[in-house]
Amino acid sequence: MDIKVLGPGCKNCVTLDRIAHEVVAEMGLTATFEKVEDYAAIASYGVMSTPALVVDGKVVLSGRVPTPRHLKEILEAI
Amino acid sequence: MTISLNLQKREPTSKSLSKLALLAASWYLLYWVNDKFWDRLLFQVVNLSPDSKVGESVRFFFYDSTKILLLLTGITFVVTMLRSFITIERTRAFLGGKRQGIGNIVAASAGVVTPFCSCSAVPVFIGFLSSGIPVGVTLSFLIASPLINEIAVGLLFTMFGLKIAAIYLASGLIIAITAGMVLGKLKVERWVEPFVYANPMNAQGEFASPHYTVQDRISLAKEEVVSIVKKIWPYLLAGIAVGALIHGWAPTDFFAKHASASNPFAVLIAVLVGIPLYSNAAGVMPIVQALHDKGLPMGTLLAFMMAVVALSLPEMILLRRVLRPKLLATYLAIVGSGIIFVGCLFNAIL
Repeated sequence: MDIKVLGPGCKNCVTLDRIAHEVVAEMGLTATFEKVEDYAAIASYGVMSTPALVVDGKVVLSGRVPTPRHLKEILEAI
Repeated sequence: MTISLNLQKREPTSKSLSKLALLAASWYLLYWVNDKFWDRLLFQVVNLSPDSKVGESVRFFFYDSTKILLLLTGITFVVTMLRSFITIERTRAFLGGKRQGIGNIVAASAGVVTPFCSCSAVPVFIGFLSSGIPVGVTLSFLIASPLINEIAVGLLFTMFGLKIAAIYLASGLIIAITAGMVLGKLKVERWVEPFVYANPMNAQGEFASPHYTVQDRISLAKEEVVSIVKKIWPYLLAGIAVGALIHGWAPTDFFAKHASASNPFAVLIAVLVGIPLYSNAAGVMPIVQALHDKGLPMGTLLAFMMAVVALSLPEMILLRRVLRPKLLATYLAIVGSGIIFVGCLFNAIL
């Protein structure tokens, strides 16, 4: 699983990154993580509100830091 | 700090709603008991004199910290729950095809209610432009968003009444609409950093928008309350401390003499003082209230508050990524003079 956290590096993006790491570990998944901080690159995903989460090239969440439960549900659905 | 993995189960809506009612009731009880509690503790248990300067300042500090904190949490909670129905993608779709003029009006109003974190200002700017929304309309949106803070509207309403809250809302909208229109007329497209246009956004932004349950909306609102309080409590305490000092010690006629409504420089100075201060509208509210009690006119105070929230340095640094310095300077000049104008206008007519 390929996970990207999109955001210019503000507090919300850092939090999302941490929650993503924790949930992935909790679920026992293997994933590669990448942080995307460049505005042009963020825009290329069509994301307007950060933080956003991209899993395997697809935007699954944007504009909020999810609760771990919400994120778990999203990852389970993939 | 680690976040505990709270993988809670979904609960039925009726249970969420009764939780909500319980929260509302406890909030109301705290709000109702606030002044009685502090009056009793400070004037009967600690035995301060309610008429002394110390007593007045201490009471202002404790009573007002509690009151503003309660208002802030309550209003933030309600506003976040309501805002969870709106997303920036919906707003953009709604603004698509709107021209200068009517577009500015719609964009400024949308800027008030659409939730987004200020660090998203740049992606929003790119996203709006790439879907064909004019720069002027986009700027109306981006000016209105910090300038008119719904939490500040709520606080003004509860502390100063409907009229002041409505004036703040209306004048903020007028500034955002006019500034966006003027900037649009100046053909500022050439002053936007070229990479914005070089980068067409793909349409993947239309991913399924989240389907929130009542439980989700409540937890969203709780998260927002915690994050807002965490972010602004130092400003809030500093504001209340300054407010308490002004309240107890500043001579009553000082402001009346030097900063009366007929002195246009008072508004200018209030705006200049407000620019380097970076705080949330809620953080400056205690200072605004204390200065208001000392007779400073409301127009000057609104101008001060708007300068603090809308002309902040971090926001300018963010916008510099997409706006050329010339456009940024024009933006500052137009919004700044708008705020001064509104301040003077309300000093004259209130």
